[in-house]
Order: sequence, then C-alpha cells, then structure tokens
Amino acid sequence: MALSVKERPDSEPERIDLNDVRQEILDRYPTKVARKRAKQIVINRAGGGAEVPEIEANTRTIPGIITQRGCTYAGCKGVILGPTRDIVNITHGPVGCGFYSWLTRRNQTRASTPEDENYMTYCFSTDMQEEDIVFGGEKKLRAAVLEAYEIFRPKAISIFSTCPVGLIGDDVHTVAREMKEHLGINIFAFSCEGYKGVSQSAGHHIANNGIFTHVVGLDDTRKEGKYSINLLGEYNIGGDAFEIERILHRCGITVVSTFSGNSTYTQFSNAHTADLNTIMCHRSINYVAEMMETRYGIPWIKINFIGAGATAKTLRKIARYFEDPELADRVEEIIESEMPDVEKVRDEVRARCEGKSAMLFVGGSRAHHYQELFREIGMITVSAGYEFAHRDDYEGRNILPDIRVDADSRNIEELHVEPDPERYRPRKNPEELERLAREGFRFKDYDGMMSDMPARTLIIDDISQYETERLIEIFKPAIFCAAIKEKYAIQKKGIPMKQLHSYDSGGPYAGFRGAVNFYREIDRMVNTKIWSAIKAPWQKSPELSAGYAWNA
Amino acid sequence: MLLRHTSKEIVNRKALTINPAKTCQPIGAMYAALGIHGCLPHSHGSQGCCAYHRSTLTRHYKEPVMAATSSFTEGASVFGGQANLVQAIDNIFTIYDPEVIAVHTTCLSETIGDDIPQIAGKAQADGKIPAGKYVIHANTPSYTGSHVTGFASMTRAMVDYFARSSGQRSDRINIIPGYVEPSDMEEIRRIAVEMGVRIILFPDTSNVLNRPQTGRYEMFPKGGVTVEELMSTGDSRTTLALGRLASGSAARALDTRCKVPCEILDLPIGLNATDAFVDALRKAAAVSVPDTITTERGRMLDIITDMHQYFYGKKVALTGDPDQLVSLSEFLVSIDMQPIHIVTGTPGKKFETRIREITGEVPHRVNIGAPGDMFLFHQWIKNDPVDLLMGNSYVKYIARDEDIPFVRFGFPITDRIGHSYFPTVGYRGGMRLLEKILDALLDRKDRDSPEESFELVM
Ligand code: SF4
Ligand code: SF4
Repeated sequence: MALSVKERPDSEPERIDLNDVRQEILDRYPTKVARKRAKQIVINRAGGGAEVPEIEANTRTIPGIITQRGCTYAGCKGVILGPTRDIVNITHGPVGCGFYSWLTRRNQTRASTPEDENYMTYCFSTDMQEEDIVFGGEKKLRAAVLEAYEIFRPKAISIFSTCPVGLIGDDVHTVAREMKEHLGINIFAFSCEGYKGVSQSAGHHIANNGIFTHVVGLDDTRKEGKYSINLLGEYNIGGDAFEIERILHRCGITVVSTFSGNSTYTQFSNAHTADLNTIMCHRSINYVAEMMETRYGIPWIKINFIGAGATAKTLRKIARYFEDPELADRVEEIIESEMPDVEKVRDEVRARCEGKSAMLFVGGSRAHHYQELFREIGMITVSAGYEFAHRDDYEGRNILPDIRVDADSRNIEELHVEPDPERYRPRKNPEELERLAREGFRFKDYDGMMSDMPARTLIIDDISQYETERLIEIFKPAIFCAAIKEKYAIQKKGIPMKQLHSYDSGGPYAGFRGAVNFYREIDRMVNTKIWSAIKAPWQKSPELSAGYAWNA
Repeated sequence: MLLRHTSKEIVNRKALTINPAKTCQPIGAMYAALGIHGCLPHSHGSQGCCAYHRSTLTRHYKEPVMAATSSFTEGASVFGGQANLVQAIDNIFTIYDPEVIAVHTTCLSETIGDDIPQIAGKAQADGKIPAGKYVIHANTPSYTGSHVTGFASMTRAMVDYFARSSGQRSDRINIIPGYVEPSDMEEIRRIAVEMGVRIILFPDTSNVLNRPQTGRYEMFPKGGVTVEELMSTGDSRTTLALGRLASGSAARALDTRCKVPCEILDLPIGLNATDAFVDALRKAAAVSVPDTITTERGRMLDIITDMHQYFYGKKVALTGDPDQLVSLSEFLVSIDMQPIHIVTGTPGKKFETRIREITGEVPHRVNIGAPGDMFLFHQWIKNDPVDLLMGNSYVKYIARDEDIPFVRFGFPITDRIGHSYFPTVGYRGGMRLLEKILDALLDRKDRDSPEESFELVM
C-alpha cells in the first residue's frame, strides 16, 4: 500500500494534516463509496467553542468494505436479552445464529442461590431444517416452546427470529401469544431478523420495545430503599455491574433493575417502581427510558461509571436528583473513602503513560466513555468512532430533531406510549423540575462524543478494515481499542489492542475498582517490553562477520 | 452448577436443540476459503453471519480472520442481493485487491434464491472483476448439513472452479487434508516431504491461521494453496481425501472432472489411521517409507505400551465432528480405552454405522448421537459417568460440573492455545494426544490419591 501521507515519527500527532489523511483514505475508494465515506469521516471542530461538525451515522453498511458491524439479531438477543439469566431464550432459525451468541459476550451473572434459575450457559435453538424453510417453521417453534416448558418449567420464554424466519413469514408473535395462553407463563417474541436494520442498533430498539411491552409493569412490588434507581444500558461485561452495584449499595442507593447486566425477569417486571432511570449506554437503551418516563413518570439522566472521575460525578448527580442532604453527604463520604486507592495507582501509572495516544473504535458508547479513563492517566485520544451509534451519540441530543428518518429506521416500530392510568406517578412535579433545571441540573442530556474530544481529531463512523490499517500506519498510536475481529490484525502490526466489548477476559473496568484495573491493564499493554522483541538479533544486524564472545 | 438445569431424566425432543454440537455451513466455507492463497472470503447475506463467523474463527485461532459481507438490508431481502454482491465485488477488488473472492451464501440469500454464478457473471460483464482475478462460490444454506459440509462444499468449489487437465499427468499427489487445524495441514505436508512425495495440499490454512508475529500485517499472508496449484490438481496422479465428510466430495469431483482417481481415508488421527494414510501415500507415490517416519511411529507406540495401564478400561465421552470422531474413537479403542458416549451435531447414518463397527468390542453400552446435542451428551454422562471428556471448549462446563478430566479437541477451542501450532494428526500428533490424555488422567490421579498412595513415579 502506498504511503503518501508522511508517517508519524512518534507522538507528534499535531504535525499530521488530518485533511490529507482523510483525503488519502477516500482516494482509495470507488467514487460512490468515497462520497458516502466522506460524510462518515470528519475532522472534529476546528477548535475552541466551534460547533461540532455533522457526521453521517446509522446508515447502511457498504457491501464489501469489511465492516466490523453485526446484525439486528445480535443486538437484540446477544446484547439486550442475553444477559438476563432466568428467561429461556429460544433462537428460531437455523443453528448458527444461536450457536454464535452462546456465552460469547462475557456478561456475567450471579444467581442468588444454587437453585435459582440460570439459563445463560444454555443455547436453545429450533435448528430449522430444509423442510421447515419450505413448509414453514411455526409448527417446530411451537413444539420447541412446549419442550422447553416441559423440561425446564421457566417463568418466561422468549423467541428470537433470525433472517430466514422473516422471509418465509413465520408468525412468531402469534405462536408466542398462543403458547402463552396455553402454558400460562409469559412468552413473547422478537422480530429481530438480521436484515431489519443497518447494525446491532436496530436490535437494541426492537428488544427495548419488546421488554417494555411484555414485561415492564407486571409486578408492582416495591423494593425497599429510600433512593431507588434503574441502571439502564449496563451489561455487566467482566463484572462492571457488580462493581457499580457495590458502590451504589455503599451509598445506600437501591438498584431496582439493571438493563440488563446480571438481570432477572422479575427485575424487569418491577422496573417501573424505581424513582430514577440512569443511563449508561445511551445508544442501546434511551428508548426504554423515554417510554418509561411517558408511561410511569420516571425521569432519566445520563450517567457514566467509566472513569473514577466520571463515577464520582455520577454519584453526585444521582444524589443531587434526590435532593437529600443525607444522601449527598453519604456520597461524598464514599467518594472520599474510595479515591485514595484509585489515585495511588492512577498517579503511578500516569507517570508511565502520560502523553501516549489511543484510538477507540467500538460500540455505541464505549468509544466515548473510555476516553475518560485514558484521560485520567494522561493519554490522549487522537481518533475515535462508533460501530453502530447514531448521530446524537456523536453530536449530542440537541440535533435529534434534525435526524432524517430513513427507510431502514422506519422499519423499526416506534411504540406509541401513553401514561399508565394507575401507575403513572410523576417523580418530580413541574416546579421541582424547573427549579432543578434552573440550578443547572440536566435531565435527558447527552452531549455526545465529539464535544468531549479535542479539536482536530479524526472521527470515523463504522470504520472499515482498510481505514483501520491506514490510521495505524499513519498515527502509530500507543494503543488501539476495538473488538475481537480487529484485534489480531492490529497486534500483528505491533500495536497493542484492547478489546472494549469483551475486555479480553479482563474487567471490571467500571467504578472505582474498575478504574484501577483499567489503569493497570493499559500500563501493562503500552509499557511491556515484549513488542521490542519483534526483530530477531540477526534481523537487527544481519552482517555476517563472526565475533567471538571472548573477544568482545 | 454451571449447567444446573440439566437433569438425568431424558425427555425425548423433536424440535428443540439445546447446546448444539455443530454450527452452520458458512463458517466452514470461510475457513476453507482462507486456505487459498490471496483469497478473501465473502459472505453473501446480512452482515451478522459474517461478523459471527469471523469472531468465532478469531477466538479459535487468535489470528486475523478477514472476510467481507454483502450487508443485506430489508430491500435486498425482498428484491434479491444482486446489487449488493456486484458492489461488494467491485469494492473488494478496488480496496483490498485479492486474487480470489470466495463467495458463500447464507440462510438468507439461499432462502431468497440468489444465483451466485449469474451475479458473478453480471459483475464480470460490468467489468468489476479485473483480468486474472477470480470469483468462486459455494452454496452453504445452514438449514442442511453443518460447518463440516460447508467446508466440504467450498473445498469442492476449488475443484469445480479451478481444476483442469492439460492431458499431461504429473507425479504429484493431491491431498485434501479435511477440516483440520493449520498445524495438522503442516504436519501432513511434512510427512509427505519426509517421504519424498510431491503433493498439492488443499485447502491449506497453515501460515494463514498460525502466522508469526512480525510487526507487519498482511491481509494475504504467505500461506494457502495457490490458484496455479489448484489448476494443476487435475493433472495429479491421485487424490488422497482425508475425512469422508469434509474431503470426499472434492475428491470425487476431481475424479469425475479430470479422471484423477481418489482414495478416501479416515483422518490420520491415531495409530491405525495414520498407518493407513502413510501406507496409502507410499503406494500412491510408489516410494518407500523412510526410517524417520517409522521411528516416529515406534515412539508413539512406545508411549502406548509404556503407559498402557493408565489408558486401559477408561471410559471416555467425546463430542465433535464426524470425521474426527471416527478416527478418535478408533484410536481410543486401539489403546484399550472405552469411548461410550459419542455425539456429533452433524447428521449422518453412515457415521453411526461406522462408529458401531469401531466400538463393537467395547465391553460397555455405547451411546451414539448423530445428530445429538451437548445437552443429551451431558445427560448420558450423568446417567453413565466417564473418566475422561473430549470435545470443544463448551465441554468445560460439563467437565467442571461433573468434575471429570477434560481434553480439548475440536472446534471451537476458545480458551486455550496449541491447536493451531501442534498437530493431532500423524504419529507426532498422536504422541501429543497421548500426552494430553495422560496429563489429564494423571493430574486427576495426583489430585485425588490418598497421601499414602501419592506416587512419585508413574
Ligand atoms: S443465518 Fe444461517 S448462515 Fe447465518 S449465522 Fe444463522 S445459521 Fe449461519
Ligand atoms: S442470519 Fe441474520 S440473524 Fe442470523 S446472524 Fe446472520 S444476519 Fe444475524
């Protein structure tokens, strides 16, 4: 590959002309492709106060470009419902889709007793055969649901459609309804065929709609506790939710439900009893928060537990919402007690990492959130982008009215939600809300990744394999963060690569202890000497003159 | 308990698969295609399948696995994927410049009924396929077969698209290694080289999925069978196909198309199957077996005779793919172990008959599931316990719950390394397998022996 842009000598990103980089990348593409990618590769605002530029996101993937995106089914079954342990999740389709989403996401779960239900280690599939495709798979699906019921007697069964199912027209929702009546347990289905959207994101939306319609609101039991919240968009990868729960518990805050790390069906069914919805991953779950606000009167706020600073900020924000000095004091106490351990490691690691550069291309929120952790150890994010986010995740929610709803998004049902006649209970009255706003408290706020990043950084949506390779060659970052498919190509180029979907079997990285884990992990990765061993001695100095050790 | 809902009581199931012992066709096709030099696999369907296949192969090999996708959306699903595939072909050649694009279908494009040769023809007519470059394809609908048949179909496509006879027979032997690891392919080649036999090995994923860390990434690394070699398979003397299911189809196609006679053998795993392979290769190439190989054989046998007491009578439950299970069961029986629960997700009557024959003399009831799943496998184990488990990484959940020694074997292995570097085929591979089995059994013995009978020498 031609290297027309001058390769970066070392840690001098400011010398590189981003316009040149961008142009060089685009030049490689056929015209039509270049035109589309031009809108998805942008240079963050020119500097100081300037507005963030517009970026194209959540649009179709270009065939053949080598994307890292997955499908709607993966977003629905894999991401949102996968982490719930006590629902029997049946994948309706040929065997592969179910097989690949079996235990591969590292969302940890901890059943409270050895007898408690936990189906996460199981993979259920209708394993459709040719005759099911030809004659329809409803019969087999019905039988499968019945068999699952007879063997496991679960409290709920859900059904996930894969691509061929939609095409042959199996009516999974009717099957679910009939079986629900027949068996007397909750059974619901998702039309989350892979082709339904342009990425996993469509699947999140479909999953949210389904849980909201079929589960939330079924159980009015209130969990004890003065300050009760839901944690939305936290999937407990590597135990993140455990750490967050630990901290919240110390503060005296009750987590009614988590969507969906370490979650249960029961948690979902009484999620509507919480007094505040807090959103970690804005992309995957803001829909549920919006709907819960309309139907039950629960306000939502954006929070972030990735980064020690962010964690402290989040705790204060939650305390501020409840407007109780007792809680505020408690939160300060906890922050004060947790921070010394964090600071000790942070400062130690910072001394070794300061000034090094990182790139993050992953997910729909992590590429943003993890910048905070890098910042804490003095590392700079020189380029970032999401895999399946929408424009608001880049540019902030204030551009929501400007987003054009294209045919692919229209595909996904928007639920029409109304206040629940019995359960609607505004947690704050209009005056309170107004006062809080006046005091600078922000509900439903998310300013997106770009405004949080320095000017003159390259933002790339749905990065392709080619773009990844070029970026690395040009910028030589100290570390690159993405996911499993990118991992080894990047490492083969001599750049350490951290997975931010699965954490490479590491974690937790959320909360205070998580921050410590992450600092140490990054320290290990960017400062190991192993990368300097790539060249063998005879490659470093190939001359053949013999020298004898005792002569030297 | 990790699998706490698995009970002893076996309920007959007709519709629900629980914990599958197979996966879908395209991943096998993708793996096979990576064994062509300069080839980019392409998944014609929605992008999720491709993402899943790449991820799973990556977890298994810890190596880059590149493949492109047609990224169907709803429109393509209704109107067919022609536009997507033509655009993909154009983009792939422009951006990544492979020698070959190997297209496989998915359940979606198969259900729609996309005709790949016709679409490739359109791409050709539109000038999207540069001179000297190729687009080949295999149909891999996952509502039949399994990842193994997908591998077989793509391997066969290599013959259908490339093999030709020039009229001039060469002295080369084609070896189709089967759905085995890059290390195994390398070992098969090494044995042939050692014997002085000139071979064409296809597919060949060595140096593709077990490449060195060099500080440089090449999308198309050094390994893989070249198009030129594939073309000349039609001139070879003979084809040895290892593994009936994975390699049989390609071998027969070579016979029909180019009159290259073939012999279909078991995968050379274990003593007898390796003997059969070496012997067949010797005869096909008319060479004598060098002492070095005979020495390797002797060493393997030596381990068996030295350590026989630890193998003898031990019950084993194994799950995996048919070709592997046939050879492995035979191997275990040959060292006086007792394979008693054998499960594959890939359907096949012939397989069952074959395993019945192999296990005929096992003095115990033998359960065979073909197709079966790992839930049934686990239930069988609960009802009739074993001393050793063999299978892919998913088996470790059973191993831990039941506290049974476990040797990883098969696909996918996502939690250990070794399979891509160290073979299990051939005599050396057999030695490695024996070592692994012994380690598992003896570590257990060491863990469980009472202090007074804790042995220094074993
Ligand atoms: S749709 Fe078919 S090809 Fe795709 S992952 Fe599922 S089973 Fe495999
Ligand atoms: S078939 Fe569809 S649902 Fe299944 S993995 Fe492929 S894209 Fe996703």
